[in-house]
Amino acid sequence: MSVRTLTLMTSALLLCVGIATADNEAFRLREYCPPSFEESAAGTCLLRTMYDFYGSVQGAGLGGTQTALPAHRDGFTPQQIDLGRYLFFDPVLSQDGSVSCASCHNPEQGFSDNLPRSKGIGGQEVARAAPTLWNTAFLNKFFWDAHASTLEEQMVGPLFAPDEMGNSPEQLLATLNNIPAYRALFQQAFPQRLGEQIQLDEVYLSLAAFQTSLISLNSRYDRYAHGYHAALSAPEVEGLNIFRSFVARCAECHTPPLFTNQQVAVIGAPEPEGRPIDIGAERTYNAPELKAGFKVPTLRNITKTAPYMHSGRFDNLREVAEFYNGGRGHAVPEGVDLQLHWHISSPDLTDYELDRLVDFLGTLTDESLTPEVPRQLPSGLPPINGERRARIVTTQKTSGDAS
Amino acid sequence: MNMGKILAVILVLAAFAGGMVIGKGSREESAPVVVESSGSAASYSGGFSAEDNEFTLSGNSKSVAGPPMSDVVVVVRDGESIQAAVQDAEPGTTIQVMPGTYRETVFIDKDGIRLIGVIQGSERPVLDGEGELNDAILYSGNNIVVENFKITRYKGNGIMSQAGNNWEIRNNYIVDTGVYGIFPQLGQNGVVEHNVVSGIEDAAIYVGMSDNVHVAYNDVYDSVAGIEIENSRHAIVEANRVYNNTGGILAFITPGLPIKTTYDVIIRNNFVLANNHVNFGAPGSTVAGIPAGTGILVMAADDVVIEGNIIKDNKNAGILITDHSNAANVTIDPESEPNSDRVKILNNTMINNGYEPVTEIKAYMLTELKTGNPDIVSVGPSKDSCIVNRQQYITVGLGGYGDCAVGNTIGLGNYLLPPVPPREIKPEDKGKIAYLGVCAGCHTYTGRMIGPPVQIIQALYMDNPQGIAEYIANPVKKREDYPEMPPQNYLDEETRLAVAQYMLEVKK
Repeated sequence: MSVRTLTLMTSALLLCVGIATADNEAFRLREYCPPSFEESAAGTCLLRTMYDFYGSVQGAGLGGTQTALPAHRDGFTPQQIDLGRYLFFDPVLSQDGSVSCASCHNPEQGFSDNLPRSKGIGGQEVARAAPTLWNTAFLNKFFWDAHASTLEEQMVGPLFAPDEMGNSPEQLLATLNNIPAYRALFQQAFPQRLGEQIQLDEVYLSLAAFQTSLISLNSRYDRYAHGYHAALSAPEVEGLNIFRSFVARCAECHTPPLFTNQQVAVIGAPEPEGRPIDIGAERTYNAPELKAGFKVPTLRNITKTAPYMHSGRFDNLREVAEFYNGGRGHAVPEGVDLQLHWHISSPDLTDYELDRLVDFLGTLTDESLTPEVPRQLPSGLPPINGERRARIVTTQKTSGDAS
Repeated sequence: MNMGKILAVILVLAAFAGGMVIGKGSREESAPVVVESSGSAASYSGGFSAEDNEFTLSGNSKSVAGPPMSDVVVVVRDGESIQAAVQDAEPGTTIQVMPGTYRETVFIDKDGIRLIGVIQGSERPVLDGEGELNDAILYSGNNIVVENFKITRYKGNGIMSQAGNNWEIRNNYIVDTGVYGIFPQLGQNGVVEHNVVSGIEDAAIYVGMSDNVHVAYNDVYDSVAGIEIENSRHAIVEANRVYNNTGGILAFITPGLPIKTTYDVIIRNNFVLANNHVNFGAPGSTVAGIPAGTGILVMAADDVVIEGNIIKDNKNAGILITDHSNAANVTIDPESEPNSDRVKILNNTMINNGYEPVTEIKAYMLTELKTGNPDIVSVGPSKDSCIVNRQQYITVGLGGYGDCAVGNTIGLGNYLLPPVPPREIKPEDKGKIAYLGVCAGCHTYTGRMIGPPVQIIQALYMDNPQGIAEYIANPVKKREDYPEMPPQNYLDEETRLAVAQYMLEVKK
């Protein structure tokens, strides 16, 4: 059977599912902004956080405890954000209806997937780990190798990569437009639109609207930062001081308040056993100096997103801390020439200090604004949430048969 | 006599002869126009817009932190802990530290702390890291003052910050301690003056990613880099004595940092002497690539003014200006402009520099058929740069430099901003932000979330915000079907009341 036939069959299947569940009344988009967002006079949602009280040098949103956040994206309507939520959890966005955004960015797993490298349709393993989506509103570089600079640019990657969601723009639009419930929802989210057909940029905008509502800025660390020093235990404060010390130098790249400075850094982290070296940002910038350079990831909710590093080499944070302590370039394969970041040094921290670092990282957890997973989707497919993939595939078959 | 010396002698002779010839040739026809340092020439007015920021700091006042915010003074004595005093202190407290030895890391995550060492006779308080502790003093608050300490044997930095505006770091003696002696980072409006810093494996004084900075009257020696202004703007480095470092004074854009520019840096009236120390920078560090014997080094920074310095006995070059691609040990940054543009070299006193330049500079000299010891070397593109009285120096790579339209920076006092009062946040703003930033995580207006709907709370507490404020500081389990609320006592009393008032007024 050719791929094309398969595609047609899948589309047909989805079409049936869509029709079977097209119940316009069942889906009303929310008319209020998500928590932590204030509705503007124009009816858009604007983020408000305790960090609004502070400033930062050059508006860069980098510094210490009481520093403003970097520029961020907001200003979407409640409806657009809510539509994005449906799309985000809906496997109908993938080529075969088996994978949703949430398969790899599962809210129960820190908006990641607990895999060393993520799996796309058909269980295909991709090259790198799924990054968390917490606080993406503040990011200006996307993907480990920083090759996209907006969420819209970013999402066309996984949506249409053959080993991820495997869809095509044409099929995606055809699928969505064949689901009356989605057509109605897009009308609610984009009341000013001219035509009735769902457009790609509406899909992208809605997904971006939802993703930028995933805010995590109310951890115990944040309470400390805002001035309540009892929020952290003594060992955690010790860890904070090691973290920002100029011996460990973690904070030089994982800079508060986001715990990333959004730069590309070559740190020489090892690949999992048997995997070739990933050249990372060398390709993005066509620059050998950046070979094996990757975007500095945020550390917020970091305890939720094991395993760690771009290809999941380390199972836990203690191992990560040990890597940084192991000496400059100790894990670089022989014969590979990397221009390691100047902050990669040989800090020679004690075991006690490594433990405190791990303690401190545990204070960066805040999932209070985890969005609700939709109970039902306009496609009629069950919402996909990572681990449930296997179960959902079966359910989908059943529902297909039933129609 | 070894070959090197012979070569040097020959080069010197050749330079001398060359100078004579040029002198003869040009002086009789038309003497060069000499631009004098004082008065007559136009003055450089600097690159900081005074329209947005009224400077009232003038003369010698460098009080950017302002007067103490309160009159509370706490005294710490030998055998006690400075950190314990910081922890107990309210913002605005002055902490006086008596002579003695303090083996601790002091971190300050609050505003307005003045950490003042008390010097008695020749004794000052000593912070001793004993080769074990990481950093001596680390702060993130605004309006921090650190004065009169001796700091030694730390592994990381002497005094460092992460953010924090309006700082004063003054009269400290920092010796043999780690990576940076004094490292304010990501802050605005600060003074680093009258410090003695030596034996540092990177920069003795390193201003990173900051704005409006004044580095003056420091004595900086035996380190890899003396004073480094990196990815910063509106900085004045003046009247420092900088000697026997590998490189004296640096104005850099380091690639890969999140703030991408360095511009408007005035380096004036410093003594930049014999910075010939062998480079002992850590492998991979940016400064490890500095050739020993470099007096002033400009890399990728724009609008750097170099004026009135005494630059003497630096064996590689008196002033070296480079871009990223010609610098050793430097990665690339697609987001930063790699060239040093609009450099202004005004009058400087330059004696006996460049007598042992690195091979690359020697080769560079040959390409221009230059002989002698280079005072000033410019490598890579440098747009709209200029020099005053170029006939005074042996230069290479300055062909594109024009004559400066300005001759001095007399009109420019400093870039410091007047002391700013602590930020005033209106209670209603506090209430709103805390409601949206904290409460909204668990409460919506009508719906059920982790906590009960705001509507229900409003009905219960109608005219009683105080009641809410008290409850959230010390919640008890009230409802069977809801989890117990965690205490919100990390919000201060004023904020708790403000948020309660706000919550009672919410309409949707």
